Amino acid sequence: MNPVLDMAVAVLVAALLIVGAIFSLLAAIGILRFPDLYTRMHAASKAGTVGSGLLLLAAGVHSLDAAILIRALAGFFFFVLTAPISAHLLAKAAHQAGYKLTKLSVVDQLPQK
Amino acid sequence: MSLPDQIEALATGFALIALSAALLITVWRIIRGPTLPDRVLGLDMLVAIAIGLIAVVAIRTGFNLYIDIAIALGLVGFLATVAFARFILARGLSPETANVERSSPESKRASAPRSNAVRRKHKGGRR
Repeated sequence: MNPVLDMAVAVLVAALLIVGAIFSLLAAIGILRFPDLYTRMHAASKAGTVGSGLLLLAAGVHSLDAAILIRALAGFFFFVLTAPISAHLLAKAAHQAGYKLTKLSVVDQLPQK
Repeated sequence: MSLPDQIEALATGFALIALSAALLITVWRIIRGPTLPDRVLGLDMLVAIAIGLIAVVAIRTGFNLYIDIAIALGLVGFLATVAFARFILARGLSPETANVERSSPESKRASAPRSNAVRRKHKGGRR
């Protein structure tokens, strides 16, 4: 194989791996450090999704196969579609069940039914 | 070992270490998590980190079938989170959380969720 192309693919995969791993680690630290459920959701559903999606993309690029790259992209889009849905369902259920916001939060505009 | 292989080995090693640390931190949150929704959120995050871990293992071993496993795990994790959300909605506040909130100083705000849970029990709707 062309050595230049080989090197370019290796550098791209390494960059995707490192950025994705750092996103996942930051999401986990956010889950540990934020004060309540509703703020923790920001870290989990945004940074966590991007982290695992970038790692999947790295695996797809590494294979150098169009079918596998498309499969990895499909998985990435699936996560991007489903993570907001599950986070929204969980937040709405917790709020409706009566779990309170942290004392640091300023306003709660969703009325308690 | 050629230079591209070395770069990839270094990157996968770093990714494995970072993801292991993230996994441990999330497990700590699940153990400590003061309420049930916190634990459900931790499980959701655990699934996301496991998907990333599987992708890194796919790169390190060269077995591309791992990507399909990651997609299947993502589907299962999404369905599990949705099911837990429905459960939290049906159950309302857990008894221990209600006790903690009743003993807190601002009793006016704490009484609203409790009455909500009581009313839900009286209505006897979907469990």
